[in-house]
Amino acid sequence: MKLLTTNFVQCAVKSCSSSSNCFPLHFTECELVHEDLEFDEDFIKNVMVKIDWPALLSVTRDIGNNSLPEEKPNIESCDEQVLRDLHLVLLETQIKDGKMICKNCDHLYHIKNTIPNFLLPPHLA
Amino acid sequence: MEETHVHAVYEAIAPHFSNTRYKPWPLVEKFLLEQEKGSIGVDVGCGNGKYIRYNHVYLMGCDRSLNLVEIARKETSERKNNGDVFTSDGLNVPIRPVDFAISIAVIHHFHTPERRIEAIRHVLSKVKKGGKAMFYVWALEQKNARANFNVEKKQDVMVPYVVPTTKEVHERYYHLYKENELLLDAQEAGGTIVDHGYERDNWYVIVTH
Repeated sequence: MKLLTTNFVQCAVKSCSSSSNCFPLHFTECELVHEDLEFDEDFIKNVMVKIDWPALLSVTRDIGNNSLPEEKPNIESCDEQVLRDLHLVLLETQIKDGKMICKNCDHLYHIKNTIPNFLLPPHLA
Repeated sequence: MEETHVHAVYEAIAPHFSNTRYKPWPLVEKFLLEQEKGSIGVDVGCGNGKYIRYNHVYLMGCDRSLNLVEIARKETSERKNNGDVFTSDGLNVPIRPVDFAISIAVIHHFHTPERRIEAIRHVLSKVKKGGKAMFYVWALEQKNARANFNVEKKQDVMVPYVVPTTKEVHERYYHLYKENELLLDAQEAGGTIVDHGYERDNWYVIVTH
């Protein structure tokens, strides 16, 4: 699971969808792996426009990465190294195994072998 | 019905099914290539992830079948693709709205009109206002030999899937769409039709909202 994906996924429990606490999920016990991907400056710039920065900060801190600044970088004025760092965090950093917990209902989701599972047990589906 | 004749079948046939589904369909490819660089999309019912191969977009694929998602993960990783995969139900994809969506050869597996419309409505709800979603479903009006399984032209059918190596037969449930039926379902789901047509035994529609 790439960190960019954590910026979009939320709790799957229907009754949580109206709660602002269902996003982002809380990540815990995460094992990370690195996977090389080609850097594309324009791609990262366009993706950054869609990023919820506080949510990204929440997730990176959950997994023990404190490298990102408090404020969202201005992508038009920042130098290439900042964009390369964002590429590294958003696209090349994967959660191999770990747990995601909804801050609203405490439902626990597992990530196994880089695949998050959002299928709900029958009583919640 | 869907549990036995859709979910369980795909889990069982995943490896062989994936080997036969590697070529993108031309109009799906065209739709994806038209998306702006850096767009975020979702592929609902991504199967083996064959549409997660265009690196100008970030496509998140989801499927109910873990066996298929595992294949998608392996193949997209080997191709060094942007994008990601996860398991989820097609009627409950847990993401905030993104720029575009595709759902290819999926909606026809839902076994009531209400569930098919609900499935389209759900995919549309995951696309930002003004964004587009593309759907493909199997057509009743098939022109090639595969139509032999359905000489009576019934719309709700079991289509046998034979695994060549083991000769195992799995029956998959399909609702075969008539001309215009997909348009009406998409409109009922709150969508506005942008484009539609017929390609390779399938009806397709591009919808916005």
